Amino acid sequence: MEGSKHKHPPYIAIFVALTILTVGELFVAFLPWGRTTLIVILLFLAVWKALMVALYFMHLRFEKSPVRILAAAPLPLTVIVVIAVMTEFRW
Amino acid sequence: MANATMMGPPAETQPATGVYNGKVGMWIFLGSEVMFFTALIGSYIILRFAHPEQWATPGQALNIPVTAVNTFLLICSSVTMVKAFAAIQDGDQKGLRMWLVATVLIGATFVSVQVYEYVHLAHLGLLPSGYREGSDLANAAASGVAWKAGPALPAAVGLYGTTFYTMTGFHGFHVTMGVLCMAFVTWKAFNGKYTVADHRGVEVIGLYWHFVDLVWIILFTIVYLM
Repeated sequence: MEGSKHKHPPYIAIFVALTILTVGELFVAFLPWGRTTLIVILLFLAVWKALMVALYFMHLRFEKSPVRILAAAPLPLTVIVVIAVMTEFRW
Repeated sequence: MANATMMGPPAETQPATGVYNGKVGMWIFLGSEVMFFTALIGSYIILRFAHPEQWATPGQALNIPVTAVNTFLLICSSVTMVKAFAAIQDGDQKGLRMWLVATVLIGATFVSVQVYEYVHLAHLGLLPSGYREGSDLANAAASGVAWKAGPALPAAVGLYGTTFYTMTGFHGFHVTMGVLCMAFVTWKAFNGKYTVADHRGVEVIGLYWHFVDLVWIILFTIVYLM
């Protein structure tokens, strides 16, 4: 039995967005701005891209909450580790 | 749009999560991978904050244009992967095979470009241990001249080399394993093992593959552009 046509997430639109954001990152990386400003913008763009991959390509946007909780479970650790190591030198 | 029949085959699902074991297992595995790469990135941040003088300016030693193309390739392979998954959801066996083959080829190309980059970097003079004696980079660093329209190169780059090769090396290893597993799934696809009713293998390898792409999105920004 051939499968009925599903309505799929907008994969190509996501692909175009990821490509544009990657080009944007390359542009931002060499702007003559302050280092901290550049780092914040670059991290924002990277996290944005990563979220799009997770939500649309890994389908977390359409998953049930137990799977979303499972997927998000390690993220607090990531935030804790990054903040902890950064505060090692800043404060 | 988000219902069980669309997102998952009607395989035996677990009451607690509503999804099949393979998917739960993969998400738990990816959770451990998040911790693994968090540890690497955390170490990178500590070392870089502690010894900023050992880091070259973006683009001075690492080849950003080549790596940007490689990043684009990995994004493309994520698209071919979801197209493969979408194809089998619709019962399109031919589409499944075509997109899986494309994913394997693009993934293998990514790894090849990374090997080329390593060889080129070693030739230029950046090794995991730092400068290769007598290399262009070593000579330029010793003479203190500006390098590639940037400031002078750092006097020592031991930490720079170590963190670069460790992080991108582990990611490259993950991509290589992904390509091998994808080849296996592709072989099963050519043997008609996946159907509209059951295509768990495609979905699970897809989750892993997208995760590898997601990690590279972060690594490319941190290692090459900052």
